[in-house]
Amino acid sequence: MPMRGMIMPGTAMGGTTDMLAVGLFHYLFVGALLLVLGIFGIFLNRKNVIVILMSIELILLAVNINLVAFSAALGDLVGQVMAMFVLTVAAAEAAIGLAIVVIYFRNRGSIEVEDVTLMKG
Amino acid sequence: MSGTSMNWVLALPEIALSVCGMGILLVGVLQRRDTFRFCSMLTVGAFLLAAVLVISTGQGVGYRGLFTDDAFSAFVKLLVLAAAALGVVVSLDYNEHANLRRFEFPVLVLFSTVGMMLMASANNLMTLYMGVELMSLSIYVLAAFARDELRSSEAGLKYFVLGALASGLLLYGISLVYGFSGGMGFTELAKALADPAHVSPGLVVGIVFVVAGLAFKISAVPFHMWTPDVYEGAPTPVTAFMGTAPKVAAMALLVRVMAAPFGHLLGEWQQLIVLVSVASMLLGSLAAIGQRNIKRLMAYSSIGHMGYALIGLAAGTQAGIRGVLVYLVTYVFMNIGTFALILAMRRRGRMVEGIADLSGLARRDPAMALGLAVFMFSMAGIPPFSGFWGKYFIFTAAVQQGMWALAVIGVLTSVIGAFYYIRIIKVMYFDTEGEAFEARPASLSFVAAAGGIFTTFFFVFPAPLVAAAELAAKALFR
Repeated sequence: MPMRGMIMPGTAMGGTTDMLAVGLFHYLFVGALLLVLGIFGIFLNRKNVIVILMSIELILLAVNINLVAFSAALGDLVGQVMAMFVLTVAAAEAAIGLAIVVIYFRNRGSIEVEDVTLMKG
Repeated sequence: MSGTSMNWVLALPEIALSVCGMGILLVGVLQRRDTFRFCSMLTVGAFLLAAVLVISTGQGVGYRGLFTDDAFSAFVKLLVLAAAALGVVVSLDYNEHANLRRFEFPVLVLFSTVGMMLMASANNLMTLYMGVELMSLSIYVLAAFARDELRSSEAGLKYFVLGALASGLLLYGISLVYGFSGGMGFTELAKALADPAHVSPGLVVGIVFVVAGLAFKISAVPFHMWTPDVYEGAPTPVTAFMGTAPKVAAMALLVRVMAAPFGHLLGEWQQLIVLVSVASMLLGSLAAIGQRNIKRLMAYSSIGHMGYALIGLAAGTQAGIRGVLVYLVTYVFMNIGTFALILAMRRRGRMVEGIADLSGLARRDPAMALGLAVFMFSMAGIPPFSGFWGKYFIFTAAVQQGMWALAVIGVLTSVIGAFYYIRIIKVMYFDTEGEAFEARPASLSFVAAAGGIFTTFFFVFPAPLVAAAELAAKALFR
């Protein structure tokens, strides 16, 4: 189990800890950054549906970083168990997403986001 | 008590239903001939079996605190099972005509129902997430079930993308709640959050994300954009199913999450729910006015109905939760009945969906016009029908909490909403007669009659249902 409240890769590599301590906050920041990137990827992307699927994966990975960081910081395994579940569900979700994209392509002949406009709401 | 024992017997309904689902899948795969009707019947049978098991299993906490069985979960599970069974019956005739005669349809409905039952019993954020995903993944596939039709595959694509985004937000919220409170179990969360010192801004942000994710599933306002498109594009029996059972399960889950682990933070989330509720009621009543397609109209109507149900949650009391549960029961029966009659709108082998296609229906088919009129009056909240009583319980709960403004907005928006419901009645009874529909199959008449009888005569014996809802609501406030 890593140290409570702080994860310090510097010590593992034999370096000094006071130089570059990577704390919980850094992990949360990366997680939040990936989440924002994923959301923008879905809404600002005007090109391809596949990019949207990649953005969804990005969001799920952001959550996993959060969960694992919290789990290490709290010294509690539940977060890592949850991360396993998320990975499994992400795989199922990607499979279903790709299947839907394939049937959409068969009917429409294109997967451009701008073409998904048959019904306007 | 919670914590030490596995106690897997509590999950017997879910286990039995999943095993039945896999069995039905095997039957469908191994038989060479067309097994759609047979598999649908088996699925309805499996739902009945699960309902019997729900009634007969005891109450308690199982799987070391991950899973709970109480009066609330039993109430929700029975309602979900009833809605799903009616949804399968409604799909029988349509799927045979629309060349969707595939045995996977009832199996997918069954597995999404297992997900909904898990949601009703969730006692941990992990169980919550797995239940939501099992439900959603099955419904993504169902929405795109007419795979040779562009409309259906586009609906599936839209629902998938936005649904996956909502699951991502829900999950991000779960991670924040976990990190800032140190646990995922509802019981431990409730215990930790009873002390206001443990409430941090990070936790509140997490709760907002969780509410956002669940608000998507009930199509409440800032997250409603998918509803009209998916309702219109998906095959109509799928729309009928999507509009009933998953809404009930997601609403029940939202109620449980807000009342059980976050119950002590009422002050933090009450404003949020009030805002979502008011916005849903306004949009549901105003945006529906211009609709010409009856499936789109039902989409806006369901957004509005979820807004009304949220008033009960915003009140945050036992009476409010009881109101939500009664409202959900009335909502399910009038919705499935309406969709059974929408499915009966078929001319020369093709479905028609325009409101104008109903013109003069009262002279061609008085029974169908009467049924639709009953459902429309009920949705508008006109007194003797069940829709009025659902609203009555919700609004009185809000008034008891001094939330006059919310109740007044609710009454005003239901008056606006009455305009478009009653316009349908006007089209049916006073407009010039159009071309007749094909003869109605018995399965649709049965579901419409069941919904109609419940809706009309609810006021004669409301006591058993209200008492059950009272008991269920009490389970959340132990």
